[in-house]
Amino acid sequence: MARIIGCVTTSHVPAIGSAIAKGLQEEPYWKEWFDGFTPVHRWLAEAKPDVAVVVYNDHGLNFFLDKLPTFAIGAAAEYQTADEGWNIPTVLPFRGDPELSWHVINSVVAADFDVTMCQEMVVDHAVCNPMQLLWPGGEPWPVRIVPVEINTVQFPLPSAARCFAFGQAIGRAIASYPSDQRVVVIGTGGLSHQLDGERAGFINKEFDHKFMASLIADPSWVTRFSTIELVEQTGSQGIELILWLTARAVLGAGTGGAGVREVAATYHVPISNTAAGMMLLEPTG
Amino acid sequence: MTKNGQPVPGTTIFDGDQARKGYALNKMCMSFNDAANRAEFLRDEDAYCARYGLSPAQREAIRHRNVLELIAAGGNIYYLAKFAGIFGLDVQDIGAQQTGVTKAEFQARLLAEGR
Repeated sequence: MARIIGCVTTSHVPAIGSAIAKGLQEEPYWKEWFDGFTPVHRWLAEAKPDVAVVVYNDHGLNFFLDKLPTFAIGAAAEYQTADEGWNIPTVLPFRGDPELSWHVINSVVAADFDVTMCQEMVVDHAVCNPMQLLWPGGEPWPVRIVPVEINTVQFPLPSAARCFAFGQAIGRAIASYPSDQRVVVIGTGGLSHQLDGERAGFINKEFDHKFMASLIADPSWVTRFSTIELVEQTGSQGIELILWLTARAVLGAGTGGAGVREVAATYHVPISNTAAGMMLLEPTG
Repeated sequence: MTKNGQPVPGTTIFDGDQARKGYALNKMCMSFNDAANRAEFLRDEDAYCARYGLSPAQREAIRHRNVLELIAAGGNIYYLAKFAGIFGLDVQDIGAQQTGVTKAEFQARLLAEGR
C-alpha cells in the first residue's frame, strides 16, 4: 500500500514567490525564512517522495464566487499556473497523478465527504510557493501532485472539526491505495494574518505557537474553536490554519500518543503582513 | 452567523450577504487576472466598470481607490488585491491605507510584532 512519509506545512505568502523570482533569498529580510527550509531539503532528499498531496486554498484563480466548492480535489494529468494579477513569473506546470486522485475521490466520497472533482484546474501561489520552498530550483518538479482545495474565501467555511475529519479520510484513502508510492502531504497558508479591514496587520504569536505545538501532541486541539473564533484569534486570513490542520490529520491521530515527531520547524514574523511558519512532521509508527 | 452584527472588530466577514452585494465588483476584480483586462481598465475605466454593472457605491469606491469603501460595497480582499495590483500596490500598501498610517509605519508595526 502507499505510504504516507510525512507532512510539511508552510505559509504561502505571494511575496515569497516574488522574492524567489527576484533571487532575494540571501537578503536580511528573507534569509531567516528561507534558511529554515534547509532541514526540509535534506529530509526530502532522503525520503524521496513520489507524490505530494497539496492541501491549499484558491485565492481567485481557478474558482470564483459563481461556483465555489467547499472541498475540491484535482484529478488532472497536469496543473498549469497563471498570472493572478501581479505579474509574478509563473513556474513550470505540475504533473498530476489521476489514478491516485480518483482513488482519493472515491474513498472520501464513500466516507461522506462530497467533494467537487476537477479534471481541469489551475493552481495559484498557494501551491506554487510551497513547491518552490520545498524544491528550490526543482523544475521540472520531482514529484507528481494531487491538489486538495478548501474554501477559505466565502463564508460559511468548513469548520476546523470538519477539516480534521476530512484529512483523516484522505489519510485512510492513501493508506488503502494499492501501490508502493511514497506520499508527502503538504498543507499551505497561515499562520496568523489579516489583510482586510481596520484590523489589517493583526498577528497573534501566542495562538500560533499553541497551534503549532498542538499539531504534535494534540492535533485535534484547534477543532474546539468555531470559525469565527478562529478569525478572532488568528485574523481573517489566519483561518488558513485549517489547511495545516487538514494536512496534519492525513497523518492520523495515532494510538497511545499523537504518533508524530517534529523533524523541523520555523516561525518568523513578519513576511509581508503574515506570521510565517513551517513544520515538518513524520509519523513515528 | 453575522446577522446579529459583526463578531470581530475591524473585520467584515465575507458571508452570503456580502457576496451578493459585492458580486459585480468582485467579478470585475477577478477579470484583472488577465493583463489585457488590466490594460483595458486603465485605458477606459468608465467603460470597463459599466461593462460589469457596478453599483454607484462600488463605482465611487473604485474611483477613490479606497479599500475600506470597496469592502463596504461587498468587495472581498482576495479579488481587491488584483485591483490593487494594477497600481503596483501590495498588501502592505493596502494595510497602511485601511489602518490610516503610512506604509513605513505599517511595516514598522509588523516588524515590532516580530520582536
